[in-house]
Amino acid sequence: MREYLQNIWTAVITIMIGMRVTFKHLFVPAVTIQYPDVKPQLPERERNRLYVNMDDCIGCDQCARACPVDCISIETVKGLPTEDLGKTSQGKKKALWVTSFTIDYAKCCYCQLCVFPCPTECIYMTDVYEFSEYDRDNLIYNFSTLTPEEAEQKKINYAQFEAEKAKEKAAKAAAPANPTAVKE
Amino acid sequence: MTYDFFNKLFGSQIVAALIQSLLPLFFFILPFALFAVWFERKVSAHMQDRLGPMRVGWHGWLQSIADILKLIQKEDIIATENDKPLFNIAPLLVFVGSYAAFAAIPFSSAFIGSNLDLGVFFIVAVSGFVVAGILMAGWASNNKYSLLGAMRSAAQIISYEIPTILVIVTIVMVTGTLNLNTLSEMQTGHFWNWMIFGGPTFGIAKFLLIPFMILGFVIIYISTLAEVNRTPFDIPEAESELVSGYHTEYSGMKFAMFFLAEYANMFAVSAVVAALFFGGYQSPIGYLGNLIGIKWFIPIEQLLWFTAKGLFFVFVQMWLRWTLPRLRVDQLMAACWKYLIPLAFVNLIIIGLITLI
Repeated sequence: MREYLQNIWTAVITIMIGMRVTFKHLFVPAVTIQYPDVKPQLPERERNRLYVNMDDCIGCDQCARACPVDCISIETVKGLPTEDLGKTSQGKKKALWVTSFTIDYAKCCYCQLCVFPCPTECIYMTDVYEFSEYDRDNLIYNFSTLTPEEAEQKKINYAQFEAEKAKEKAAKAAAPANPTAVKE
Repeated sequence: MTYDFFNKLFGSQIVAALIQSLLPLFFFILPFALFAVWFERKVSAHMQDRLGPMRVGWHGWLQSIADILKLIQKEDIIATENDKPLFNIAPLLVFVGSYAAFAAIPFSSAFIGSNLDLGVFFIVAVSGFVVAGILMAGWASNNKYSLLGAMRSAAQIISYEIPTILVIVTIVMVTGTLNLNTLSEMQTGHFWNWMIFGGPTFGIAKFLLIPFMILGFVIIYISTLAEVNRTPFDIPEAESELVSGYHTEYSGMKFAMFFLAEYANMFAVSAVVAALFFGGYQSPIGYLGNLIGIKWFIPIEQLLWFTAKGLFFVFVQMWLRWTLPRLRVDQLMAACWKYLIPLAFVNLIIIGLITLI
C-alpha cells in the first residue's frame, strides 16, 4: 500500500517537474537560424569556394599538383621576351601566359591543400558557399583572364618564336665556319 | 435557440435541423482542426527551442491550409489485398464518432446541437464508435502494423472508458443531471460555483468536495487523454514501433479524415471536461453583456469563454504530449486498471458519502 501511494506521488511530482521544464522552454528564444534570410556566422577559417586572383598567378602549377582530386587544371604558354606580362603584387616578374585555369567544383573536396603551396598566395578560400547548379558543367569555373582567341594567339606566337629560334639555331649549325668576328 | 431561429427563417424543420447540425462542423470543427494542427506544431517547436513553420504566411499560420491542399491532391491508394468496403468506411466512422459527440456539447446558452437529457451518456456512447472505426481500419488494411495498432487502440480505449465513466458518475451524483446544458447552467455565476470548486450549493459539503473534485478532474483528464490516443498514451500510433498504427495504409483525404477526427476528438473531450468541471460556457467573472446591458452579447461571450476553456485544455494536452515519453503497453494497462480505476472508485464512494451530508 505504501509503495502504491508512493508510485502515485512520484508519478505526479515527476510529471509536474517535466511540465515545468517544457513550459520554461516555451519562452526560451529559438536556436533556429532562418537560413536564407539570416546567414549563420561562419568561423574565421571556413573553407568554401576557391578563388584565384589571376593578377598574381604565375602559372607555376603547384596548386594543381597539390590537389588530391585533380580538380585544378592549368595550361601555360611561355611569354615572348618582347612581351611584358606584368608583375605580381610582390614585385615578381611573370614569365608565363596562363591560357587556361579551370577548377571543377563538382570534384573539389575543399581540403585547402592547394592554398598552401602557392608562392604568390593568389589562390585562396572565400566565404561563398551558395553556388549550386542544375548542370554539373556549370561548376567548372575558368579563371583565365585571356579570351580563347587570345590564348590561341599566344600559343601561335610562342610556336612561331620557337620555330624562328630553331631556324636560327639550324642556320648557326649549318654555318660553323663562319668567322665570329663579332665576338670581340 | 438557433434551431428555433432557423425554423422560423426557413419554415422547415428539416432544413433547420440540417443547418443546425452542419454549423459546428464548418464554423467550429474545421477551423479548429486547422488551427490546432498549426498550434500543435508551434507549441512543439517552441518547447524544443525551435521555430516551427515560419514560411507560409505570418509565422506559418497558413501551413495547415497548405497541408490540406496537399492532402486533397494526393492519390487515394487502396492496396489490392485491402478489404475495400471496410477500408473505405473506416475513416468516415472514426470521424462520425468524434463529430457526433459535438451534438450534445453546449457551445453557449444559445447553441447546443441537441439538448439531450442524456448528453454525457450520449457522448460516451458515440465516442465508443471511434473504437469500431479504428479496429475496422486496422483490420481492413491487411497490414500487421495496422492491425497491431488497432488492437492496442481498442484495448486502450475500452479500458480507459471505465475511469472516465466513473468520474462522470460522481458528477452525476452531485448534480443529478446528465444534461450538459443543465450542468453548465448550474455552474453559473462566478468561478467558485464551478464543479471543481465543489459546485453551486454553498455549505460544508462544498468545501469537503473540493479535493475529491480535483482528483476526479485529474483522473478524467488522464483517461480522456488516453481515449483520444494522444501521447503519452499514443501506443496505437507509436511512430517508432508501428510505423503509424491503424492509419499506416491510408493516404490523401482518408488520412486527413483520421487527422481531423483526432483533433475534433481532442476538442470534444476537452469540452466535456470543461463542461463537467469548469462551468462549460459560463464566464468565471461575470458577463460584459450584463454590465453594459446588451443581452444578445452574452451568448457570444459564452461561446468565447467555451472556446477559451476548450483551447486551454487542448494546449495542456499538447504540453503533455511534448513533455512525456510514450508508455509501454503493460504500463498503460497498469496505469488504468491498477491506479485510475481504484482511485476513481474510491473517489466515487467518498463523493457519494459527502453528498449524503
